[in-house]
Amino acid sequence: MDLITFGVQLLNAVQYGMVLFLVASGLTLVFGILGVINLAHGAFYMLGAYLAYWIALMTGNFLVALVGGVAIAFVLGLALESVFIRWLYGRDHLAQVLLSFGLILVIDEARQLLFGKDVHSVAPPDWLSGSLQLTDNLSYPVYRLAICVFCLAVAALIFFVITRTKIGMIVRAGAENREMTRVLGIDYDKVNRLVFATGIALAALGGIVTAPMSTVYPGMGDGMLILSFVVVVLGGIGSVAGAAVGALLIGFTDTFGKVFFPSVSGMLIYLLMAIVLLWRPNGILGRREV
Amino acid sequence: MSTIRRLPPLSRRALLTGAAGAATIAVAPRFATPAIAQTSPLKVGLMLPYTGTFAKLGQFIDDGFRLRVEQAGGKLGGRDVTFVQVDDESKPEAATDNMNRLVGREKVDVVVGTVHSGVAMAMVKVARDSGTLLIIPNAGANDATGPACAPNIFRTSFSNWQTTFPMGKVMADAGIKNVVTITWKYTAGAEMVGAFAENFTRNGGKIVEDLTLPFPQVEFQALITRIAQLKPDAVFSFFAGGGAVKFVKDYAAAGLNKTIPLYGAGFLTDGTIEAQGEAANGIKTTLHYADNLDNPANVAFLKAFKAKTQKDGDIYAVQGFDAAALLDIGLGAVKGDAGARDTMIKAMAAAKIDSPRGPLSFNKAHNPIQNIYLREVKNGRNEMVSIAQAAVDDPARGCKMT
Repeated sequence: MDLITFGVQLLNAVQYGMVLFLVASGLTLVFGILGVINLAHGAFYMLGAYLAYWIALMTGNFLVALVGGVAIAFVLGLALESVFIRWLYGRDHLAQVLLSFGLILVIDEARQLLFGKDVHSVAPPDWLSGSLQLTDNLSYPVYRLAICVFCLAVAALIFFVITRTKIGMIVRAGAENREMTRVLGIDYDKVNRLVFATGIALAALGGIVTAPMSTVYPGMGDGMLILSFVVVVLGGIGSVAGAAVGALLIGFTDTFGKVFFPSVSGMLIYLLMAIVLLWRPNGILGRREV
Repeated sequence: MSTIRRLPPLSRRALLTGAAGAATIAVAPRFATPAIAQTSPLKVGLMLPYTGTFAKLGQFIDDGFRLRVEQAGGKLGGRDVTFVQVDDESKPEAATDNMNRLVGREKVDVVVGTVHSGVAMAMVKVARDSGTLLIIPNAGANDATGPACAPNIFRTSFSNWQTTFPMGKVMADAGIKNVVTITWKYTAGAEMVGAFAENFTRNGGKIVEDLTLPFPQVEFQALITRIAQLKPDAVFSFFAGGGAVKFVKDYAAAGLNKTIPLYGAGFLTDGTIEAQGEAANGIKTTLHYADNLDNPANVAFLKAFKAKTQKDGDIYAVQGFDAAALLDIGLGAVKGDAGARDTMIKAMAAAKIDSPRGPLSFNKAHNPIQNIYLREVKNGRNEMVSIAQAAVDDPARGCKMT
């Protein structure tokens, strides 16, 4: 493999990992900090993509779809948290699994009613729709490059909020010891609501940025849900930095696995997970006992 | 042998079993109750996907079948028809139970189904064990009319082998020497790519590399970069549904559509062409149908289908339509007496149907003998270029029926 192709595969790996990170970081917030196993995370990813399709169709503008889709998902997250999710904190995992599985069915049915079951595609903005010619027969879509940059920016924002702001401090404190933060007089209900809605918004954002890269279809969230859980477990539950490391690792494993070991590429990420968990049972950057 | 089998123990994680059970219960009441029996009308069981990914395909097959029955005045072979519908949801794990229900409890005279090959193979097993007449209006698994063939099983669609075998010669004739194949690593992918490769290498072509990824993954970027690196003369691919759309768009986004022509099985662009948009332009595929087939049967069919459903008919509607036509011939030969099985099956096996897809007859394994068309995507349609191979007959390897 020549250097340029290797470089492009590296780029593919990073780009795939960045999108995975976007979705998985939302899951790690909800799962790691609120302690809620949200099986509907993939469904929100799909919903984001369908919202993007629908808004882009209405307005003809992908950026409006991006902002609008995230906003709708965020508001939906706030509403769901106050009606359903808040009863789940501290409940056993079976209750969480059943409720979130119910959410999957409802979201899927709603998707079918609102948007139908056809496959759709969304056009990226014109200024991002070309490709860069790398060699005579190898070019790279500008949109995929833009996604790398965009995801990096979102990741930086998440890290900034969590490590440098007061709300981030409260979230981290709550993740460590919820009772203590409550005793200190912090309105943790509000924090929970924000964390959950942010998690949902990140899932939807993942679906939205994926939509123009190529398609929107029912069931697109299923594979993403499993991968997100793998990322979260791999990186360490509750650690956003861990999610970033996990997502990139999976991006590399999947990309190079497909090229070098095509016959076993499907199981490589699970092999990776098994090895990592033998080495660090709490995940690469996980600290808490699970 | 026709014992009613219980659902096999679910191998899913314990956490999900409860939810899966709830889903099963939610599905159960969807069985349509049969219409009040008149003077013993023929009972047709339609076991098709009415929900899920393949719902649209199931509905078109259903519409096509009913259109043909309506055209015969609500009768087949002169006998009134009633329907029992079962939604198979494309779930192989529920297929045996659903099929047993139609055969055992509903006591249908014939079962028509289905789209998903895994479900169809379970139906084939029950049909073989119980002797029920089964007409498969889509599923392409080679085995259904191969090792698992039986006198009472017919197919009005295609075998996976059949749709792509002719492409091997087409591409070799076009001067293409080196090809990379890409598909999902599962039965249909292996059968379609295998049949293409069989004919392509026989005609002097060379497969440079077989690329696969697990079904139903859609992250193609790494493999597309690999294709650019290998620089073959052309790519042969099989994907369907959402995966097909994503593959075609990723392929174009990487600029490969300008340098390495993309070929494939017809399912790459059938039913997905609208979502693919401009990225699909110029893709050449083979299938037993094309959007602009200009024969009287197709023109009449498309008009009638549009009038009935307000939708444009496609290959799935044609396959359902032909399933009813085949049954009509069988029942016509026995004056509606479905009890005269041998005569009926003999008539069906000898049937020559003037199908919207062109001339249609059946081989010894009861798989269609039909034209396979080379199509090219132009202006959002799969337009016919030529007949890639006329009267293609699946070799029915492994079929013991004489």
